[in-house]
Amino acid sequence: MLGPNGAGKTTLINIIAGLARADSGATRVMGADVRSDYRRARRMLGVVPQELVFDPFFTVRETLRLQSGYYGLRRNDAWIDEVMHHLDLTAKADANMRSLSGGMKRRVLVAQALVHKPPVIVLDEPTAGVDVELRQGLWQFVRRMNRDGHSIVLTTHYLEEAETHCSRIAMLKAGRIVALDTTRDLLGSFSGLELRLHIDRAALPPGMPGQVVAADGGEFRVRLANYLELEEALVGLRQAGVAIREMEVHPPDLEEVFLRLTGKAS
Amino acid sequence: MSRFTTLCHKELLRFFKVGFQTVAAPVLTALLYLVIFGHALEGRLEVYAGLRYSAFLVPGLVMMSVLQNAFANSSSSLIQSKITGNVVFVLLSPISYAEFFAAYVVAAIVRGLVVGAGVLAVTVWFVDLRLEAPLWTFAFALLGAALLGSLGLVAAVVSDKIDQVAAFQNFAVVPLTFLSGVFYSIHTLPPFWQRLSHANPFFYMVDGFRYGFFGASDFPPAASLAIVFASLLAVSSATLLLLRSGYKLRY
Repeated sequence: MLGPNGAGKTTLINIIAGLARADSGATRVMGADVRSDYRRARRMLGVVPQELVFDPFFTVRETLRLQSGYYGLRRNDAWIDEVMHHLDLTAKADANMRSLSGGMKRRVLVAQALVHKPPVIVLDEPTAGVDVELRQGLWQFVRRMNRDGHSIVLTTHYLEEAETHCSRIAMLKAGRIVALDTTRDLLGSFSGLELRLHIDRAALPPGMPGQVVAADGGEFRVRLANYLELEEALVGLRQAGVAIREMEVHPPDLEEVFLRLTGKAS
Repeated sequence: MSRFTTLCHKELLRFFKVGFQTVAAPVLTALLYLVIFGHALEGRLEVYAGLRYSAFLVPGLVMMSVLQNAFANSSSSLIQSKITGNVVFVLLSPISYAEFFAAYVVAAIVRGLVVGAGVLAVTVWFVDLRLEAPLWTFAFALLGAALLGSLGLVAAVVSDKIDQVAAFQNFAVVPLTFLSGVFYSIHTLPPFWQRLSHANPFFYMVDGFRYGFFGASDFPPAASLAIVFASLLAVSSATLLLLRSGYKLRY
């Protein structure tokens, strides 16, 4: 889920998690209604909250054992150990939550969301304020969970994260989903290509395909619908005898889609 | 562990881990009350014939500690969890509002009874005290602690800040316990204040609790027990409704 601050990403997650109540409509997690069948719905769901919350009375292991118990899991130590191992928490297992760094606390939050092996994992801005090393480790682990069959729902306002990690993207704006599609289709349908040219004259030859979005001396930025238009553009330039000094082709970019869908212009 | 026992266990761990502050401190406070008031008033007040004032005072102090600490436990635990945000871990889990209620109230009862037992263990050496009817004492302690534990939940749910909970404690719980006859028998009061005391539910808890020690009280203990029980039912029903509505917990 991609959207600017205030778009409603966290509110939507809170509704799914039962932390907030929707004014209308129904929400189901893998078929379980979050109001009428809340026990099943919550067991299906592991949520990593955005805020760095923790209980200062307990150690990492105690925290994870208690969290398991909240889901009615009696003996969960094998899985707790495994999760701690993958999140590099083993060395801190018996440290009090208070003594952990911010990044470590974030890992514990992830571990807490996983104690009951939920089929759906929600990460609410998981990399906000997290160092590069942890970010890499976190993504590796999340990808593994995904390969193992867990669905991952991620909210972010980092476009790169969505583009690299997500197979489907929902874009939110002012409480509404303005786009919902696979990442590839979303990029394909909205953006096209951008051709950046530096040529030996001040005007493009007539009959060039696409739309010129910027022109400055011999430099032009042309938006093209697809690669076929790129070929036509190059043919046109060659036939007009234009010499190309520099040329760049920019593939579809989520940032552009995002700005067009959520920006003030739209 | 089931969901309820886990949450209950967590609540108990929470106050045992800071036992110096949650158990030792209130025991010391009660001991100071006994030493100071006992010294100041010994021989000047005879509430029941042949009973020394300090012996009269001890059961009142024990019950006051039970009530105040039961309230303190549920209210401070929940308001801290709300403010630090970690209540979310419980709210995300399949724990129902009834399990939530039961866990906090049971922990409050345990804290109240542990502190009460502590106060009794420390003060009993200073006075000559016998438990005439221990079941009455236990019943009143149990119901009173449950009632205050439940009230503590209400205070924490409706409050957004720690000082709002503190105000609840300082302006409601403390005055009601002090005016319930912990330090005096309401029979020594002028008629108007006597009648007013009968409107204070805490009076029946303290008076009934004391009956278990002396076999004598200002009000018939069975009637007191019925009143305390009815108050408990009313308060816990209101608390359950509040929790079910998700007020200030689930938006």
